[in-house]
Amino acid sequence: MTLLQVRDLVKHYQSGGLFRPSGPPVRAVDGVSFELAPAETLALVGESGCGKSSVGRTILRLQEPTSGTAVFEGVDLFALDRPALRRTRRRMQIIFQDPYSSLNPRMTVGSAVAEGIEIHRLARGAEVGRRVTALLEEVGLDPGYAARYPHEFSGGQRQRIGIARALAVEPAFIVCDEPVSALDVSVQAQVLNLLADLQRDRGLSYLFIAHDLAVVRQLAHRIAVMYLGRIVEQGTADAVLRRPRHPYTVALLSAVPEPDPGRRRTRIVLTGDVPSPSAPPPGCPFHPRCWHPRRDERCSRERPLLRPVGGTSAACHYAEDTPLPEGVGEAGGTSTASIP
Amino acid sequence: MSRVLEVENLRVSFPAEGGHRVHAVDGVSFTLDRGEMLALVGESGCGKSLTSLALLRLVPGPGRIDPGGAIRLGDIDVLHLEGEPLRRIRGKRIGMIFQDPMTSLNPVFTVGDQISEGVRAHLPVSKREARDRALHLLQEVGIPDPVARLDAYPHQLSGGMRQRVMIAIALSAEPEILVADEPTTALDVTVQAQILEVLDRLRASHGMAVLLITHDLGIVAGRADRVAVMYAGQIVEEAPTPALFARPSHPYTQGLFASVPRLHGPVERLKPIGGSVPPPSAWPSGCRFRPRCPKAFDKCGAMPPLLPLEPAHRMRCWLAETERS
Amino acid sequence: MNPLLAAVRTAIRDPRGRAGLAFLAILALLTLVAPIFLPDPAAQPDPLGASNLPPSLMHLFGTDALSRDVLSRVVWGARVSLAIALLAVALSISLGALVGIAAGYFGGAVDSALMRLVDGALAVPRLFLLLLVLAVWEQIPVAMLVLFIGVTGWFGTSRLVRAEVLRIREESYVRAAEALGAPRRRIIFRHLLPNALGPLLVAATLGVGDVILVEAGLSFLGLGVQPPTPSWGGMILDAKSVLVTAPWNAIFPGLAILGTVIAANLFGDALRDAVDPRGA
Repeated sequence: MTLLQVRDLVKHYQSGGLFRPSGPPVRAVDGVSFELAPAETLALVGESGCGKSSVGRTILRLQEPTSGTAVFEGVDLFALDRPALRRTRRRMQIIFQDPYSSLNPRMTVGSAVAEGIEIHRLARGAEVGRRVTALLEEVGLDPGYAARYPHEFSGGQRQRIGIARALAVEPAFIVCDEPVSALDVSVQAQVLNLLADLQRDRGLSYLFIAHDLAVVRQLAHRIAVMYLGRIVEQGTADAVLRRPRHPYTVALLSAVPEPDPGRRRTRIVLTGDVPSPSAPPPGCPFHPRCWHPRRDERCSRERPLLRPVGGTSAACHYAEDTPLPEGVGEAGGTSTASIP
Repeated sequence: MSRVLEVENLRVSFPAEGGHRVHAVDGVSFTLDRGEMLALVGESGCGKSLTSLALLRLVPGPGRIDPGGAIRLGDIDVLHLEGEPLRRIRGKRIGMIFQDPMTSLNPVFTVGDQISEGVRAHLPVSKREARDRALHLLQEVGIPDPVARLDAYPHQLSGGMRQRVMIAIALSAEPEILVADEPTTALDVTVQAQILEVLDRLRASHGMAVLLITHDLGIVAGRADRVAVMYAGQIVEEAPTPALFARPSHPYTQGLFASVPRLHGPVERLKPIGGSVPPPSAWPSGCRFRPRCPKAFDKCGAMPPLLPLEPAHRMRCWLAETERS
Repeated sequence: MNPLLAAVRTAIRDPRGRAGLAFLAILALLTLVAPIFLPDPAAQPDPLGASNLPPSLMHLFGTDALSRDVLSRVVWGARVSLAIALLAVALSISLGALVGIAAGYFGGAVDSALMRLVDGALAVPRLFLLLLVLAVWEQIPVAMLVLFIGVTGWFGTSRLVRAEVLRIREESYVRAAEALGAPRRRIIFRHLLPNALGPLLVAATLGVGDVILVEAGLSFLGLGVQPPTPSWGGMILDAKSVLVTAPWNAIFPGLAILGTVIAANLFGDALRDAVDPRGA
């Protein structure tokens, strides 16, 4: 049973406006498809500008899509009218990267957490307070914090408040938009553990957007790697991390700094910068920076489609022969959410 | 003489409520040799950035460096310099690059102008010569198409490029020491690798010593020669990199290692350090890590000094007395 | 504590803020208790020889040409001037906030249209506009005066509010509210408005000083508050003829205007500093 099914999602931003000439559109998301099952985490991984954040926001209709479909619990999200969308929003929530701008500084913690309850009239009177208390405890915070203001709390605590706020409406699905990137190492660990526990206890599904593969490994059941608005590789976390097939995935894996000086590893250092999403290269978007020994002129002409190769799906003409440099891959693993 | 920097008992204090001062950096000492990379590792609030700013006497606002310490470059003590002699140290003997390349470059001047400015601040050369040097520096930091880039403005460059430009500016007077404060934190992982590569090359070719400030243990593992871990304004453990990673000994260091997610090995539930970093106003007397330490015992009520464990490996913990090999 | 309240508290701790607020508070207090202590200056003027007396123990600020106590006239005038200032500013702030929020939140054509309107309005000097209206409408009732002053003073505020709204709109907590399904009204009144209050409050405080000057100027020209209602500007107008012989007639209302405007500005500055670095 699929919880969420996204097909050919496209989000282009048109530059320019009423008084300015418009340039080429920024193709933030350029044809993304995936599925998500209940109680599953799909990690969307990539570097800045790859469009991963846009995917999350567009699915939730915080931005309107340019084209494509998203079917959530059997409902076509993009066809919903406003009142129906509002009701559906209860089932799908989001937590943000920046703990310092994700909470209204003029609202108490309790009011922030209770907002969803009030909007959807899930409880009234004293019951609201009881729910807020229960939620704060569930995320590991002292219920007494409800009367305080966000500026009194640390980044990690604010993230927890944001999680409590999202949980208040009892969602089935949460978009986690880089939820730990702005946190210190030990705080990051606390929040990751919390997310794993919540998934296990509530059966939540996550679309976990991140750039750090080691972090992703803690929670992800499946991984999709994005580059310039498209998914270039997809598969189970185990398969993608153990034996990646797309040269970008390999480069990404080799670049992740690892706290293990003893491990020998060949680093693939990509040349050049990521091209602008408003001017993607013709053919394979990765070809100007690609290090694959079999890269040829076909790559600059013909855009490769995602196809199953080995244990994953990869969008590369020569995915069968992608070399695996020393020390890269063989990582594997499954999400800690599966571990009781 | 291979020792380029000697920092002794550095203390930086800030005024706090109630009139007294808190020491955000509290008695930090370390050395740096030619061509060596020392990593200063810690989480936010540990005082690592302030330490790096203090080296150049750039501590902001109401903060000040307390007397009683020393920052020695050869036989000059930076803490005793003022005015022109101090300005000559900055850039010429110690260079610095910062975390956010977007705000560290002046948006209204071209890249070439800014590098040339750095050159001419310290070397008596003409504009033409400065520009040539700027070009040379851009090549050294690996910027593609450097001739065109000289006339580019910062907003026309990507984050990785801007960071390289910052390195070029920092190098313009050929300093012996480069202080890099979280130079790659704001960059993508693939770009991060490029920048670290540039730093390695420069160490090899110029014999430049690097003080790398970071919170990322992964970056440290691959590159630094030695590591110093900071917590609550103090160094709590220092060792050559292989030793630190093989045998993290201070409970805080161990806690850090247990909370970092890994790319290899079995996927396990992370073990974060309980509690959170206390602000300076809430520092306990005695060992500052005590409230969060799983191995605390009575002696921890007294502040431990840095005690030796193995050759060149020390930690600020009473357990060193029993664990010494 | 609510960050806005905390900002006000910080502003009060600031010596400038304290001075400004103290002056205004004392003035406000005086206007409230005035009727108890001081004679109604619009009451029967005593034409017998008590006119234009210099300041003395009996008349601390002296008397004017109609034998009225200048001190009481200043205090009664304060009631009028302060009331006009507060009401007009309240009107300006409300209009400015309304337009600013509409422009910032809805964007697009609405934003363009509103901002072009504001641009046009700002091109017309406020005083000229007021003079035009008031020259035609003699014996204007105070309520209408308040209306006109208020309606000509909201343009700058709308730009301010619009800028704040544009900034706040991008903050993650607004997105979070949208994701929770918050209706537009809730987003505007719970999230946008409260966070735009800081600069708005500062603009209001500084606006009070502004309006005091505008009203005094108009009254001085005979176009604002009409006698026998006392007003500071009106008092200075009356004092014109005896400026050399009985200067206290002009000095004390003049000082009152000066003091109030400075006090309002001092408090406004302290408030701005308190609100600004704290940010959102």
